[in-house]
Amino acid sequence: MYGSTTFTDIKQSPIAGEDPEKLAEFEAHIARGEKIEPPDWMPAEYRRQLIRMIEQHAHSEIMGALPEGKWIPHAPGFGRKLALVAKVQDEVGHAQLLYRAAETLGKSREQMIDDLLSGKSKYSNVFNYPTPSWADTAVIAWLIDAGAIINQNTNAEGSYGPYCRALKRICYEESFHLKYGYDSVITLASGTKAQRAMLQDALNRWWRPIMHFHGPPDKMSAHTEILMRWKVKIRSNDEMRQEFLDTYVPKIWELGLTVPDPNLKKNPATGEWEFSDPDWGEFKRVINGDGPCNAERLGIRRLAHEEGAWVRAALAADRQATPIVQ
Amino acid sequence: MSDTQWPLFEVFHQKARGEHHVHVGSVHAPDAEMALVLAKEQYARRMACVNLWVVRADHIHASDYADSDMFAHATDKSYREAFGYKVGDKVKKKKKEATK
Repeated sequence: MYGSTTFTDIKQSPIAGEDPEKLAEFEAHIARGEKIEPPDWMPAEYRRQLIRMIEQHAHSEIMGALPEGKWIPHAPGFGRKLALVAKVQDEVGHAQLLYRAAETLGKSREQMIDDLLSGKSKYSNVFNYPTPSWADTAVIAWLIDAGAIINQNTNAEGSYGPYCRALKRICYEESFHLKYGYDSVITLASGTKAQRAMLQDALNRWWRPIMHFHGPPDKMSAHTEILMRWKVKIRSNDEMRQEFLDTYVPKIWELGLTVPDPNLKKNPATGEWEFSDPDWGEFKRVINGDGPCNAERLGIRRLAHEEGAWVRAALAADRQATPIVQ
Repeated sequence: MSDTQWPLFEVFHQKARGEHHVHVGSVHAPDAEMALVLAKEQYARRMACVNLWVVRADHIHASDYADSDMFAHATDKSYREAFGYKVGDKVKKKKKEATK
């Protein structure tokens, strides 16, 4: 699970100080559709942007497990519980794949985790919202993961080899999450009046975070042409949001659910979806640490890190004991 | 009979940048550098190749085929696969009910 999380900030020219010859070679390489591998020369800004992006993606996977993991003990039935355990395990596993991919660019895992715990690094905004009912987990697994798949399939077309390879495996597993989430939503939508109401409530709660998911509108995001040329950014936030709406609004309506936005409609002339401004001020507030659950989520993450210290120490310790059974 | 040859190196072949390296075979060589030369001759003469890895075979730790139980699933785990969910049928059923 992942979404664009920040307003891009580039203060100086991304190619300032780079060797023009090496830069030309690097750009020709990407223009041919080839991937960059860890030993290759790369511009400092390319490295910086990729670390930022992959690291945030890794943090999002690990933080995204928290609002869902909370529901494992309360899952309605053994089948749902097993599936949710498997999904949460997958998400944490995705974080491991992504931390490894980011490490190949030169930032250590310890540093990345420190930056998460200190609040320096960001993670996807959506995981700073509460999950008060079981239906929230169904909506997250379906629609947030749908948004994530759009984003991840896009990023898998990027130029950095290790990230693309990690995403291929991640997308395979996300397809289970999406189906499982859709199945849960259909079950609630076909259920009792109370179940349908619970589902509609959850959808109403999550609609704005979902509209935030792919990041700020293109006109607000200071992304530069060069990041697209280097295939660090592949598609714009608005394009991905439009694809999400195209695919999923009809599926939501099909289930007899409503979308809590009276202005949501597809403009027949442009083929684009129109929707209400999901309050980008709120997005900025939450991403900068002032959301309903930021402190709670990071608190749990810190506690897990501290309580897991003995495991890391045990793994790193010299092994002195010999097995009893040879 | 003991192996009197040079050390064994396993060869991994990458077809294109961005693809996974895939194991294709092995070569005997006195050192890693020579193993790369021999691997190139043996395994990269025809197939598209952009990169080779050679790894000393005795540096590889492998699981034992006799321990295949470690990969066995105790129960049906289709619940954690996309194909385990027949959503299409359920949506059709729901739509049918709605039109009744």
